[in-house]
Amino acid sequence: MSELKSGSNLEKVLKAGHFAFTGECGPPKGANVEHLKEKIAPLKGMVDAVNVTDNQTAVVRMSSWAASTIMCQEGVEPNFQMVCRDRNRLAIQSDILGVYAMGIRNMLCLSGDHQRFGNHPQSKNVYDIDSMQLIALVKQMRDEGTFMNGEAIDVPPRLFIGAASNPFADPFEFRVYRLAKKIEAGADFIQTQCIYNMEKFRQFIKRAVDMGLHEKCYILAGVTPMKSVGMATYMAKQVPGMDVPDSLIQRLRGAGKGKVAEEGIQFALEQIEEFKDMEGVAGVHLMAIEWEHRVPEIAERAGVLPRPVV
Amino acid sequence: MIVADRKPLKEILEMLKGYNRILVVGCKGCVSVCNVGGSKEVGILASILKIAGKKNGLNLKVDEKTLERQCDPEYVELLKDMVDDYDVILSMACGVGPQFLSERYPESRCLPAVNTTFFGGAVQHGVWSERCAGCGTCVIHFFDGMCPIARCSKSLLNGPCGGSADGKCEISKDVDCIWDMIVRKKMEQGRLDDLLKFMPAKDWTTARDGGPRKSVREELVQ
Repeated sequence: MSELKSGSNLEKVLKAGHFAFTGECGPPKGANVEHLKEKIAPLKGMVDAVNVTDNQTAVVRMSSWAASTIMCQEGVEPNFQMVCRDRNRLAIQSDILGVYAMGIRNMLCLSGDHQRFGNHPQSKNVYDIDSMQLIALVKQMRDEGTFMNGEAIDVPPRLFIGAASNPFADPFEFRVYRLAKKIEAGADFIQTQCIYNMEKFRQFIKRAVDMGLHEKCYILAGVTPMKSVGMATYMAKQVPGMDVPDSLIQRLRGAGKGKVAEEGIQFALEQIEEFKDMEGVAGVHLMAIEWEHRVPEIAERAGVLPRPVV
Repeated sequence: MIVADRKPLKEILEMLKGYNRILVVGCKGCVSVCNVGGSKEVGILASILKIAGKKNGLNLKVDEKTLERQCDPEYVELLKDMVDDYDVILSMACGVGPQFLSERYPESRCLPAVNTTFFGGAVQHGVWSERCAGCGTCVIHFFDGMCPIARCSKSLLNGPCGGSADGKCEISKDVDCIWDMIVRKKMEQGRLDDLLKFMPAKDWTTARDGGPRKSVREELVQ
């Protein structure tokens, strides 16, 4: 981690040793630029970069690269997400060049939710390459200046490479090894799946630290405040690979009518406080789903403001 | 084997509209083994078609014939004295069958009675499960005899993805996560190191992506 790989704000913040704070923004289900700008506005100055999701849950939305470009114009740094579900290696590489040309400097490499979840379950998927191979590809393009086939790139894309890790998916014992594999493949930073089971996450991060992974890569802990008991039970039962302990659901229920959202935020704030001192955790990735306007308040109360200028 | 399911009767009847002389042709190969297109199933479908015809006031001529295989010209040849007596040939073989029949008997109409689904095997009586995607470059030796190309919903070579839960795939609780099985077997046998190696992107030229395929065995070509 000596010289800058991409020069992105997120990279500079992490490299300077600050506790990073990233956000998330889902593009609109349409070409509604004003709506997108409304969602982006509250994030300005509150986070170091904002993930722009790529047809998340396999539901068609404005393309992540286009929304990322608009975000750049609005003065907020995007973390462009790309899934392997919808593109083959030609489209992947051309989009990587495209986003870099448009000023995007962070990219999160994902396999992507299967289309069977989404609103076009009849579609054909691609999965020409997987997320691990995507990470390696972006690194090859950046560091070796070559395409996957070995041909030289005229001005290679210099991107800060992100990857996801879900400590709560099965088999649990293998998860830290898969994280290690992603780092080995070229991930500069990791954003984890939403964490609710803190005890399990402590075990996971301890194993990562024991393996020295935190010294090779920045690990950002994923936090999503629960907005309602319904959201919590849905996540617990319906979202594969999500671990929501009963104790949290009980806590939210106990908060009483009209106070559940505040209790959800309170839990998120307690998590962030613990992550600040947790060895191996370099920051928090706040995924406030359709709650972008609450991010300033959460950031303020979490004590992560003002964001460092580096 | 090649596994298939019979098409819904409604679809078959729709295809057969306007044809009164029907030859139902079965195959003693894979579709016979998976109980969809052998002589027994040919007999059942022929009876159903006759009954359906009667219901609609039609006196259909429906005959049956089951070939050794429909994917071999020498057996397809055996229909040569029969085909002219029929308006349509309804093949109960996999997708190969009706095409071989069409190629040999270009004057005849050849229709499929089954949907060809996958390469697999019987996991219990009456249940078949996919095992092979026919990608043209087998990699299962890397994965202890399990194929992530055919059996992982995302064909991941560096799985498992974050949607694996309780041994099941994120797409359905009815689908096993093959990566969960691969990882557990490697761990049990002390060979987890195998999975720490980066598996590079697959070359899909030998798969269907490289275009329609042909296999030539020079020593057999006359």
